[in-house]
Amino acid sequence: MNVNHNTEKDRLNFWEKLYLPEIARGLGLTLRQMFKKPMTRQYPEERWEPTGSYRGRPVLVLEEDGERCVACSLCSRVCPALAIEVQAAETTKEKERYPVKFEINMLRCIYCGFCEEVCPEEAIVMSKDYELIFTNQEDAILGKDKLLIPIAQLQDRLEFLRRFK
Amino acid sequence: MSPLLTDILILLAKVFLIVNGLLMAAAYLVYFERKISAWAHNRIGPNRVGPLGLFQSFADVFKLYLKEDIIPTLADKKLHFIAPIISIGVAMAVYAVIPFGDSFMVGGKEVFMSVAPGVNIGLLFVFAMSSVGVYGITLAGWSSNNKYSLLGGLRSAAQMISYELSMGLSIIGVLMIAGSLDLTQIVHAQAGGKWNIFLQPLAFIIFLVASFAETNRTPFDLPEAEPELVGGYHTEYSGMKFGLFFLAEYANMVTASAMMVLLFLGGWEMPGLYEALALPAGSPLVALVQFGVFAAKLVPILFFFIWVRWSLPRFRYDQLMNLGWKVMLPLALANIVITGIVMTLLKHYGIM
Repeated sequence: MNVNHNTEKDRLNFWEKLYLPEIARGLGLTLRQMFKKPMTRQYPEERWEPTGSYRGRPVLVLEEDGERCVACSLCSRVCPALAIEVQAAETTKEKERYPVKFEINMLRCIYCGFCEEVCPEEAIVMSKDYELIFTNQEDAILGKDKLLIPIAQLQDRLEFLRRFK
Repeated sequence: MSPLLTDILILLAKVFLIVNGLLMAAAYLVYFERKISAWAHNRIGPNRVGPLGLFQSFADVFKLYLKEDIIPTLADKKLHFIAPIISIGVAMAVYAVIPFGDSFMVGGKEVFMSVAPGVNIGLLFVFAMSSVGVYGITLAGWSSNNKYSLLGGLRSAAQMISYELSMGLSIIGVLMIAGSLDLTQIVHAQAGGKWNIFLQPLAFIIFLVASFAETNRTPFDLPEAEPELVGGYHTEYSGMKFGLFFLAEYANMVTASAMMVLLFLGGWEMPGLYEALALPAGSPLVALVQFGVFAAKLVPILFFFIWVRWSLPRFRYDQLMNLGWKVMLPLALANIVITGIVMTLLKHYGIM
């Protein structure tokens, strides 16, 4: 019969069966670790600044003369988690359309970045914001007041998109 | 003051010092355990409560006091109540016979550095008390009326009895050399650098491994094995009753380390140190230095206990029993025979 023997007797040699040399090796390993720099961070005092490639909370770009969004609803259509709701209206400005209502439900958002990829105006981008705390479900539905972020704060991501999208 | 009253006051002062010192040592061991584990994991560890997190243990104890004390409905309430008391009581009772240095003279009165000085069965008392410690854990497991607790309690009973045997046998070589069970005399027999760790290296290794098993620490922490038994014998304990088990575990660690220092590392003996200091014999200063030497030997062993915990995985139950009965016990017996033969030969040729 084809039997594979893999007992402790076959696996270990004499010194390994003695335990003690191997234990000393293991202890040496942990002792070396003790003198290394900690890899953890003192979170509330030390915060990590992500690079442009980071996909945090999706936000709307706010330019000097108003929002970029033209309420085409492509993001809403492409969103796999159905997190985005857009209601369009018309204006007399050059772009002619703007969203009256733009809501992202952060309980549904999966940070896939499809909305950003599909947006023809580069109006919705992923920000670096990863500190998302809500005390109830209503708070987690972000309206235009919370979504619009001045373009100056989003330069890293816009630069990243120009180079790699 | 009458001599009796003075004696009683000195005794009470010593008891006060030892009990509080032991509890503080246990509390700070918990802190260092957490710190060292953090360093081994490349973390920072507790650093919020007080400077460098030094008051973390007090915050923990305070929290344990405030927690609700839950007794399971179907538990054996009396035993459930007594078990932690046995654990901590026994862990502390051992310190009655452990000497921290030689006696010193104050105002023409000899003061000993232990609660019960000159007990000629000192070592035996320590072993008797530490085997009573099994009751605390086994009763806790039994009285909780929980299968995980029971398994933990039974495992601890099996483990502690198996390892106590080789532990007891390993020190017989030491006793043969010292010729006494009195811990002070065992220390004095090691004067001048004749530490038992050099004379009895095998006994030291056996004693070391057995102490890990006796104190229920990794790699022998099967009684509390979190992944399989939830929390083992203290699954059903909460609040300060759990805290007492916790303190008892660390107090036992200090006891085991103290025993290693006394039996194998020469206690407070340090060749050349006392001659170099040239302090008058019997002064309290000598006793202080002796205590310092004792503590300086104690700390590395305690560090070793913690270091091993964060390096080694847990033994399997059959490996534990194999190691205890098939390896440690024969080795301990062989050690006695070899020590006996060597001592007889040395006596025969007049070297000793």
